[in-house]
Amino acid sequence: MIDRDEVLHVARLARLQLSEDEIEPMARELSVVLDHVAKIGELDLDGVAPTTHVAEVTGRLRADEPCESLPREVVLAQAPDVSGDGFLVPSPQA
Amino acid sequence: MSADLLELSAAAAARELAAGEIAAHELLGVYRARAVAEELNCFTWVGDGEAPAPPPGSPLGGVPLAVKDLFCTEGVPSQSGSRILEGYRPPYTATVVERLRAAGAPLLAKTNQDEFAMGSSNENSAFGPVLNPWDRTRVPGGSSGGSAAAVAAGLAPWALGTDTGGSIRQPAALCGIVGMKPTYGAVSRYGMIAFASSLDQAGPLTRDVTDAALMLRHMIGRDKRDATSLSFPHEIALPSAESLAGVRLGVPAELSGEGIEDGVLDSFMAALRRAEELGAEIEQVSLPHAPHALSAYYVIAPAEASSNLARFDGVRYGLRIDDPAHPNDLLGMYTRTRHDGFGAEVKRRIMLGTYALSSGYYDAYYGRAQRVRTKIVEDFRSVFERVDFVVTPTSPSVAFPLGSRTGDPLAMYLSDFCTVPMSLAGIPAISIPCGLSEGLPVGLQLAGPAFSENKLLDAAHAIERKLAFDPTPARMAGGAGGPDARDGGSAGAGA
Repeated sequence: MIDRDEVLHVARLARLQLSEDEIEPMARELSVVLDHVAKIGELDLDGVAPTTHVAEVTGRLRADEPCESLPREVVLAQAPDVSGDGFLVPSPQA
Repeated sequence: MSADLLELSAAAAARELAAGEIAAHELLGVYRARAVAEELNCFTWVGDGEAPAPPPGSPLGGVPLAVKDLFCTEGVPSQSGSRILEGYRPPYTATVVERLRAAGAPLLAKTNQDEFAMGSSNENSAFGPVLNPWDRTRVPGGSSGGSAAAVAAGLAPWALGTDTGGSIRQPAALCGIVGMKPTYGAVSRYGMIAFASSLDQAGPLTRDVTDAALMLRHMIGRDKRDATSLSFPHEIALPSAESLAGVRLGVPAELSGEGIEDGVLDSFMAALRRAEELGAEIEQVSLPHAPHALSAYYVIAPAEASSNLARFDGVRYGLRIDDPAHPNDLLGMYTRTRHDGFGAEVKRRIMLGTYALSSGYYDAYYGRAQRVRTKIVEDFRSVFERVDFVVTPTSPSVAFPLGSRTGDPLAMYLSDFCTVPMSLAGIPAISIPCGLSEGLPVGLQLAGPAFSENKLLDAAHAIERKLAFDPTPARMAGGAGGPDARDGGSAGAGA
């Protein structure tokens, strides 16, 4: 089971505000899903290596050379707010 | 004339375009007119204005392509079904869309989907649910529901989708069409708005197996902008097999019994008998860890999603919710933006993934799930020493009524029971329609070892021919339906 305090803790980690009316259903629904997935706890997995990725490719590196990127003005055109040639965000220091 | 154009498979249209029997702008015009008038809510954007002529001599010659919303397309809304990206027009195009365009498949429309590809019914879209053309009171499946419904209803010749745990195969099954998830790494993920990066893979949704092969042929290959993409070891051939002589099909007990609807099982067993008539040897096999695949998947996929979706923070693109009372509150801007921008299922998965990765729970959930994944990979490896392909029903049920599972996340997740094992193993799998249950389509899934796509397509082709599934009921149901409306095709036609 996951309780209200845990929901609020995880929401803080996830940078996610939850409305008051979202908290209890979230606790209930997460509990149902977590109870179901907890069945993997019954398996004997001692000595089994984890699979992070199925493709057998490791350490493929490209040369570290500058290449073309998107023009600054094109990227800034998508931003909710800009200042000069950068993204503008609320500043805790302002 | 235009009604005839709509009857052509993508491969047939490509042949007629190459022979000069039909014109690319005419074909695009007919489909655009149909797409703007559709009533299933398949599309989030339909192209208009002048369409660029297909590159001279291109193999597809101008067969229009519907593309799932989550593929970035330059200057065209690419929103992944989410309010947090509403109106977002990316400054670049996904590699796979670019490759298909260069091969002669211009963008027809963007298709509706579950938000960030999280869902099995298309009811999680910020742009409303898609209706199933076989029965408009039912879901088309998801998350590539718009792509599947559009192809089934003849609103597009073919469509591009993505599959993380079944998001191509399950909607293809529920809409009575063909859907294929390629080997992980076969297709570049560059420009796909990510859900779970170790699982996401683009693939075709088509009217038949030949079209799936044709589209896949122009999708595959290494891309320097996706470090996990691989060089496919050979070209994709168009399938020609008519027999299954010498082909061994394995039926895993774990995925063909408990939890599968009776009508689906009946249709599946009938299809296996037809495969036997084609010469296939059928034997029962075991994937002992398959029943745990769903649990592992619903830890791994949300964990990866919680990380991938951290980028949506109101800073660089998309929605931002400022609070005039707290103009300097940066953290508050992040949390409010994400509260307002994400839908309920996306929030649930972010929470689930964040919990599974959090201190104290990581080993019990994420660490164990990755070990289960290893066991699933080993299960398949051992089965493929005995059989060529694993066959299962694609979905445990036929298309379910709209709203029937939205209040029960676990019931919705169980829709992916038969498709997630292949996703975790990264192996190719295809769903083809194999019959009807209660008047609704049933899908047959075939899965093979990594890079067995050509053999898989051949086997699926042989079974498809034998079963001769009739897609007509859905084809007539797209809206702008009857033959009269179909003739209104030239409106909006490009040059």
